[in-house]
This record gives sequence, structure tokens and C-alpha cells, in this order.
Amino acid sequence: MSINDFKLDRRLLMKSGLIGGAALTAPMHFIKDAHAADFCNMPAGKSVTLGFNVPQTGAYADEGADELRAFKLAVKHLNGEGDGGMINTFKPSSLKGNGILGKKVEFVTGDTQTKSDAARASAKRMIEKDGAIMISGGSSSGVAIAVQGLCQEAGVIFMAGLTHSNDTTGKDKRANGFRHFFNTHMSGAALGPVLEKEYGKDRKAYHLTADYTWGWSQEKSMRQATESRGWKTVAAVKTPVGAGDFSQYITPVLNSGADVLILNHYGKDMVNSLTQAVQFGLRDKQVNGKNFEIVVPLFSRLMAQGAGDAIKGIFGSTNWNWSLKDAASQAFVKSFGAEYGAPPSMAAHTCYVQTLLYANACEMGGTFSPTGVVKSLEGFKFDGLGNGPTEYRAEDHQCFKDVLVVRGNEKPTSQFDLLEVVEVTPRAQVEYDAKMLGGSLGPVNAKPC
Amino acid sequence: MNQGSLTKDIILFVIFAGLVIAAPVLLTPLGAGYPDLLQKFAIFGIFAIGFNILFGLTGYLSFGHAAFLGVGSYASVWMFKLLSMNVIPAVIFSVIVAGIFALLIGFITLRRSGIYFSILTLAFAQMSYNLAYSVLTPITNGETGLQVRQLAPSDRAADYVLNLRDEDLRILDQAFGVVEQGIPITNLFGIKMSGYPGFYFCAVLLIIAFGLSILIARSNFGMMLKAIKSNQNRLNYTGVNTRPYLITAFVISGMYAGLAGSLLAVTDPLAGAERMQWTASGEVVLMTILGGAGTLIGPVLGATLIKYFENIFSAINDNVLQGFYSFLPDSLNEIAVAVSGMFVGKGWHLTLGLLFMVIVVFLPGGLMQGFQLIANRFKRKKKTDSTQHSKQAAE
Amino acid sequence: MDAIFLQILNGLDKGGAYALIALGLTLAFGTLGVVNFAHGALFMLGAFCAVSVNKILTLQQIVLDPTQKTAWGTPLEIRTPYVESWFGDFGLFLVDYSVPVSLLVTIPFMLLVGIVMERGLIRHFYKRPHADQILVTFGLAIVLQEIIKHYFGANPIPQTAPSIVSGSANIGLWIGLGESVVYPWWRLVYFGFSALVIFAVFAFLKFTTFGMVVRAGMFNREQVSMLGINIEKRFTIVFGLAAVVAGMAGAMYTPVLPPDYHIGMDFLVLSFVVVVVGGMGSLGGAVTAGFLLGILQSFASMNEVKSIIPGIDQIIIYLVAVVVLLALPRGLMGRKGVMED
Repeated sequence: MSINDFKLDRRLLMKSGLIGGAALTAPMHFIKDAHAADFCNMPAGKSVTLGFNVPQTGAYADEGADELRAFKLAVKHLNGEGDGGMINTFKPSSLKGNGILGKKVEFVTGDTQTKSDAARASAKRMIEKDGAIMISGGSSSGVAIAVQGLCQEAGVIFMAGLTHSNDTTGKDKRANGFRHFFNTHMSGAALGPVLEKEYGKDRKAYHLTADYTWGWSQEKSMRQATESRGWKTVAAVKTPVGAGDFSQYITPVLNSGADVLILNHYGKDMVNSLTQAVQFGLRDKQVNGKNFEIVVPLFSRLMAQGAGDAIKGIFGSTNWNWSLKDAASQAFVKSFGAEYGAPPSMAAHTCYVQTLLYANACEMGGTFSPTGVVKSLEGFKFDGLGNGPTEYRAEDHQCFKDVLVVRGNEKPTSQFDLLEVVEVTPRAQVEYDAKMLGGSLGPVNAKPC
Repeated sequence: MNQGSLTKDIILFVIFAGLVIAAPVLLTPLGAGYPDLLQKFAIFGIFAIGFNILFGLTGYLSFGHAAFLGVGSYASVWMFKLLSMNVIPAVIFSVIVAGIFALLIGFITLRRSGIYFSILTLAFAQMSYNLAYSVLTPITNGETGLQVRQLAPSDRAADYVLNLRDEDLRILDQAFGVVEQGIPITNLFGIKMSGYPGFYFCAVLLIIAFGLSILIARSNFGMMLKAIKSNQNRLNYTGVNTRPYLITAFVISGMYAGLAGSLLAVTDPLAGAERMQWTASGEVVLMTILGGAGTLIGPVLGATLIKYFENIFSAINDNVLQGFYSFLPDSLNEIAVAVSGMFVGKGWHLTLGLLFMVIVVFLPGGLMQGFQLIANRFKRKKKTDSTQHSKQAAE
Repeated sequence: MDAIFLQILNGLDKGGAYALIALGLTLAFGTLGVVNFAHGALFMLGAFCAVSVNKILTLQQIVLDPTQKTAWGTPLEIRTPYVESWFGDFGLFLVDYSVPVSLLVTIPFMLLVGIVMERGLIRHFYKRPHADQILVTFGLAIVLQEIIKHYFGANPIPQTAPSIVSGSANIGLWIGLGESVVYPWWRLVYFGFSALVIFAVFAFLKFTTFGMVVRAGMFNREQVSMLGINIEKRFTIVFGLAAVVAGMAGAMYTPVLPPDYHIGMDFLVLSFVVVVVGGMGSLGGAVTAGFLLGILQSFASMNEVKSIIPGIDQIIIYLVAVVVLLALPRGLMGRKGVMED
């Protein structure tokens, strides 16, 4: 596709036709095929277009760039190029390596800027102009929920990228949206037992929480997980997003009597608050006769680089890490590393997996129709995508799988080797009742757009 | 006002209206002929026109106009949730709410002028943004943004707690017996407000807003505002109290912003706090200056240009570039892709920054001055034999 | 008591950073009458001077070890820093002190950046409306940011303070508050550094002929140039000075806040607020406002305060700005006639 290849699709013409005025002047030779589509952006030619909506500017630009690398790799593998990556380990697989349902996979990209408005505008462009039939990507829950709602309205499938808030598949879940990534509840449930084992039952925790929906949700999950194990919560303080200097929130921790600091921060906030907490000597402190500890519930290796040595020995959870030794993870790391010279991040992993799962669902149902895709994905059990046996739960479109508890590596062997996997928390331990988080999926939207 | 400028204004208005109506066809060759971007052009055009009524006419540079945009959006979504998915009540209510909000803030901030005024408006907008993002979540739904939801069950148990953030009432729609399946879409008496109908709704309002701005600029009120810009002290010495004029201009401008915010919600019913951030306020300032502050059409042009960059340039990735340069041999293709890649896709900000600099360095009056230079050149060629006796209008 | 004392320290530290950034900005305002939206970008450039120096000092010799493989099958790279292999212990010392050492690069580099910027761009905008100044400097800020992002990526890059000051100081013992009152050494160093720079700038403007002329120029540019003094040239140097102050503030701040390409924008709005609250064209005002806002922000973030007024820490800076500007038309120490049109 080139820049000057501006397709005017039939949908646009039909709509402008309805309006009248504009259609009068619309050159009729643009009309390629005018028969009605069964659903939004039904692929008519020899190819199918996917839309990858990732942050390319702003604080998460590097994470977005890594997601984009993963998407490109997934497209390559789906089209039968390259070494095939996890397609070789994925089972049960209906993928054939000749695109999706015999159509070559093409993609368009957009910049979410990590803002709901920009992300929705970008997704709309892909749907309205480029004819994307599936949207994926993203690096924050606000954006994921906003784009998921949009895809529901437009009648395309949304395969969420990195989004960790419970709401994405909780009270904001939608029938057309699916999430492979884990959530704050699972982080809490996985971390609880490990924290108890490492730090004991008698602990006093101090929470610093990013003051927005994800932060509150993470704080709640961590409090549930720790308080049920006998920990006490000394204080939970909300900090403004993007505060930069957290000193005014950290100094009160020093003499609060707490012996654990839980940082419910992500991205730049996490980098800054962790760096500064370590500078304030918290990790060298002895409180109540115990070593003072810091916990970061959601760890991203890519962002953790920004905190340098401060992450050493700190516990957190992660969706996936490249150091995993199973065949699927190794195949993915090999394929990604050979292509780009660096191992994939967990954001890249989830985006790659989501693309494969979408393609597979189309193949399973033999259709691109959202109804068919949703039917194939709901309750789909699979293995060989790096997380062990996994299931897309039908009730809330959330993947259930093992969760990794990780710790900042004390002796990294390379600049990528920042996290070591401490424990693989089994799925059963992090599972919860779908009703717990509220919300309802509603009907699948498979109407023509 | 003389007859000549009136005719000119009418011609300008008609041309503008024609261009807006034909925009879907005109902009298709540029890759911008799809509903969402066209809607954004119209909406931010309204926003910038409104901003220009304050800044262009009075010279008061507000750095917090996005607050009114955000308030307008929230007000609209609340109308969708409580009253009806019909857009008329939402639009009216939003404009009123934004007007009241602007009156409150204008009343305080207009006590100061110059940069002190700018910082005061900035402070109010930032406070609105920070609070909307965090403590005001019960009203704004925080980071996730306020959304239209499914109806609350009509057969509620006695101990049922209504959560208006997650469940809607739509009293009017219910009274008229509208049946909803899933989450409903905004409409204008049954016409869906997404896609092209949504654009034409915005377009009609843009044309009206533009017409109004011409009327304001040409009225006595507009003259007074321009007088404030050129020398406020002199006005004060002559005994004119400029404050009421300024506050009126500020409120009108806030209402325009409220309308734009409302239309954002009409075409896409989600209202997020980031709409109020200082960067959003900065954006409308840049749009106006880029197009030409104080001109009638300039702000619309500036808005279009910035939104075009944001949506089209950011989407050009390496694959697209490779296709574009496919006529080149492989090695040259790679170099061309690498060089162009710095300016598009993830580098679209760079192009925008360079564009700001180039335009302001070479065209102090913004894009409109560029057009005027071109127009003058043509005119001069025609009029070589006759002396030019009429001075160009300020537009 | 301990808590309040620590919050005052936090406020002073934060205030030091605010004051340093605002100082350069208000210099440009007061002397040149320019609204410089690229001032945050200068702070960012300074921070990346520190990053670059660190990168150069830790440049590594890469030897491929074919016997070991990475997870994706390429030979393992064994990296040894050049500086270490060339200079031994002195090299290690340099790496350890990379942040303060980077000032040796930051100062001349930022001076150059400032002078080039003034000569090449800002100079042509002295007579243009503020709106044009905003547009061009904002454009420049974006361009500078994007260039940095292109080479350094978008993620924060951690910098470490020299190991001798990496721990925390037991301030409590010095002043009799007990052992529990500790504060990071580097933050104390930063506070001292900002006080020193502020003092130096004041002394320079107060006690040198150059400074006298500049101050005179701030009051009345035409008159000074009529005296046969080349005020333009001096203004160029003043702009360079403003850039140096911003750059140093950025470089020294890197151990506190790992810098990314966007760090300047994050400080931009804040520095404008500080300058305006202090009063346009007043150096003393900018410094006072910087410390005032720093301390108030620290206090507003305390749990005790937040539990009474939720969210106060999010808006305190702006709230103070509104109150000050309504009570005092020209901020704390503003002069009449600066930027009021």
C-alpha cells in the first residue's frame, strides 16, 4: 500500500449517498464492488487488514514501539514468512501459515498518544478509512476501555494489548473485546502467598497509589491479598499521576511504623517513586526488627530499566518474561531476538499472542464475522503461547493462566536480564468468579458499518 | 460598515459554507475524507473560531480554554445518561453550562491582563483537569472517562443502590418508550449521529458558528473588542468600562468551546479528563496562531492542519513508506525510508514542530498571510496599469 | 515535628529546582521580553548532557564470545568499559562522578546552545507579538525533544549520584531530632548547589559592570543603547546564561528524577507559574516563589492535610497562583509594565 493509494470504499459511498449532497459529486468510478457487506469491513479482496493502535509518542512510546515490533512479527508469521515463532508451539492450532482464511494479512498503524481521545480517533481512522477488521494494542487501561467501547459500537473485534485494570474485563467488559493480559486482582492473588512466605505474616504496609482508576484497583487488590494474610495497612496515600518528585510522599513513610512500602504505580511514576524511595534509604532501614521492603505489584521490564539498580531484589508480578524456559517462550524469544536484536517485553508478548489468537479464531470459525470470532474465542482452551495452559473465559472474555511472580535480578547477566521468575502461581489460585467484578458483555455487535 | 465589506463578508461566508459541505469529497484525495477526521475538523474549527473571538479580537491570551471544552463534553454525556440520546438537549445544556463556567472563571481572571491573565486561566484549567482525573471521579469517571451505559433495571429492588456512573436513566427516552438493545447511539430525531450524518450535523453548526463570528467581528461590540486590543488604557481614560465587554467576549468564547466539547461527545459519547489538560489548551492557541490570529478563516485552517497531522502523518509507517519509495532501488529505498521515517509515523511531532517554526518565521500572520501573499501577487499582475486605491481588509 | 521538618527539607529541595528553572526563564522575560516556551527543553538538554557524558564514559568494548549464546542464538557479547580498561581506577572514579563531571560539558554546551538560539532565532522575535514567540519557541521545544527521543528513546534513563553521596545523611543526629530523621545526601547537595547558583547569578548581576548594564537594560532598553552601549550583545550573553542555568539544573537533577525526553515539558507549566507568581521580571520574586511553592506543595501532600481537603496536593500550586495574583496584581515582586500588554 502506498500513500497515494487512497481507497474509497463502498461503505463511505453508501453513507455519503444517504446524505445526498456529497454523493452527487462523488466520482462513480471509485465504486469497486457495491454489494452489501455482511458485517463491518468484511474483507472483499485478497487481503485482510488489521489495525495496530499503539502509543508512539509520549511516556509509553518505547513500550508502543516494542508492541509494534511484535505485531509485525506476528503478521510475518501468519503470512508464512520467517521461522514461524510460536505458531509452531501453539496448540490446538488451526493456523496454516497462508494468512488468515487464505487472505494475506496486511496492517495499518496509529498513535494512541496514551490518550483516550487520540486513541479513539486513531482507531476510527483504521475502521472508517483503512477498513481494519480488528484493532489491537495499547498501553494503558483508560485507552483500552475507550477503544474497546468504540470497537463494540463499530462492530469490529478488539484484542486488548497491555491493560491491567480489572475494569477492562470487569465492569467495562464488552462482547467484542478480549483481553489476554492479567489484571490487578490476579497480581494481588499471586503476590500474596509469596510475600507471606518471604516477609512473614506480621507486617505493616504503607501504600502509595497513583490517583486514578488503575491505581485504586491495584491498591484494593493488594490490600485484600495482604490483609487476609495478617498484614496491617498503616496508610494508603494517593499520589498525583506524573508527580515527578515523590519526596513529599516518601518522607512520611520513614517514621510511619510501616515496614513494607507498596508502590501502586506504573510506568514513569513507578520509575520515579521507586528510584526515590531507594534514595531515601528505605531499603537499608530496619523497622520493627525487620528489614524494610518495597513491593511493586506490576512490573514491566522495559520500564524497570529506567529505575536502574533500584529494582534489585524487589518483588512484583508480570504477565510474561523472556527468561521463561518453556519451548513456546523460547521459540518466541529466538524469533523476536533474531529479528530485532533484543528480547521482547511482556507488552510485545501479549500483543503477539493476541494477534495469533484472533487469526486462529477466524480459522476455527471459518469466518471473519465478529459473531464467529467471538464464538470461537469464548471458552477456547489453548497451550504453547508462553503462559502454559490458558483459557479465554466465556463469561468475561478474560484469559486465565498462570501468573509470574518476579524479583529484580541481583546479578543481571545482560542489560535485558532484569527480572528473575521467583514463582509461577497456578491459575487456580488467581481465578475468581466472573460476577465479582460486575458489568455485562451485552450482545455481540456484528452489524455492517 | 460599508457596502463593499458586507458583500465581501457574504461572499466569504458562502464560499466557506460551500467548502465545508463539499469537504468529504474535496479532502478524499488527501486521505482525510473519512467521517471521524472530518468531524474533528469541524469541531476543532468551532473551538478555534471561538477562541479567536477572545484572543483575535481582544488580544487576551487564554491558556485554559480546554476546560470549557471538557465541561461541555461532560455536560453532554450526562444529558445522554439522564435525559435522552437525542443530541438537542445535550448540545443546548452543554453550551449553557460552559457559558456559566466561563462567566465564573472570566469574572475572576479578567481582573488581570497580559501574561497574568494567561496564567490565571491556565491555573483554573489545570485545577479542573487534576480534579476531574482524581477526586471528582464520581462525576467524571476519572481516567476511564464518562461513558454512556446500559439502562438501570426498571424493576429495582428496594435496597438497590443506583450507580449513575455505570447505569443510565434516560428519562425522556423512557417516557417516549424507546427500546434499547445494548448501548444506544446518539441520534437527532432518529438519525444516527456517527459517521457522515454526524459530520453534517457538526458542519452545519460550524457554518453557523462561522457566520456568527463574522457578525460579532463586524458589530459595534466587535469594534469595541478591537479597540480594547489596540489600546485598553485609552478606552479606560475615556470613561469606557471595558470589563463587561471582555467578560461577554470570554463567555461567548467559552460557549463556543462548550459547543465543540458537546459535539465531541455527540459524535463519540465519551468524555475524558485529558481534554482539559494544558496541552489541549495549548493546542487551540497553536491552531489559532498557526492559521492567523484575528482573521476569520485562519483558526479553522490551523485546526484542520494540526488535526490532519495528528491523524494522517502519525499513521504513515515504514511499510507505507517502503511502498511509496518502491520505485527506488533497494539500497536507496532503505535510506529514503529511514530519512522520511524520522518525520512521519512515530516522528510526526517533529514535523509539527518544524512546521510551527517555519510558518511563524516566514509568515508572521500565520497561514492566512501566506494566502494573502499569493493572492496579492496575482492581483498585482492584474493591476499593473491601475493604481491600487483600496486597502485590503484585515482578513 | 520530624514530619514537618522533613517536609520543609522536601520543600526546599523542590523549591531549589523550581527556582533554578524559573531564574533562567525570568531572566529571558525581564531582559529580552521573550516568552520562551523552549525553556523546559533547555532543562531537558542539560539533563541529557549528563546522560551523554555518562554514556561516553561507560562506552563499552564489545567482544563476541562464540562459545556462549544468547536466548535468540547470537553469540554472547562481553562488554568492558573503555574508560576502565584505559585508566583503571581513575576511570572508575570518573564514571562514579559522571553527573558532577558532566557539568564541565553542560556549561559550555548550554552556553553555545543559548547563544545560537538567541542569535539564530529569538533575536528576530523581540519585536514580534508574544503569540508568535510562543509558537516559535514551542515549535523549537518539540523539535529538540524529538531529536533527543530519536537518539535516546522515550524511556527514562537512570543516572546515579557519586557513591560517596548516594546514601542518606543522618540529619536528625546533627540537630537533635533523633536517628529517624534521614535525608538523601544527593538532595542536600542539590539544594546547596541551587543556592550557590542563585547566589552567583545575583552577585553577577549586582556587582559586575556587565550586570549593571543588563539591569539598566531591563528597565529601559532604548535609553541604554542610546548611551552607546551595545546592549544587544549583552542580551545574547544573558540568554546564554539563562540556558546555562537551566541546563545545570537539569544535569544535576538527573539522579533525583531519571530523565526522559519529555521532562522539560513536565516542568514548563510549573516554571511559568513560578515566574508569574514571583512577578514578571523579578529575579528575587522567582526565587522566592520557587521556594514558597515547593514548601507549600510539600505540606499539602501530607496525609493530615489531604484528609481534610482531598486532592489539595493536586491543585495547590495553581490555587496559590490564583490567590497571589488576585491579591497582588503583579505577583510577589513584579515590576510595572513588564508583559502586561
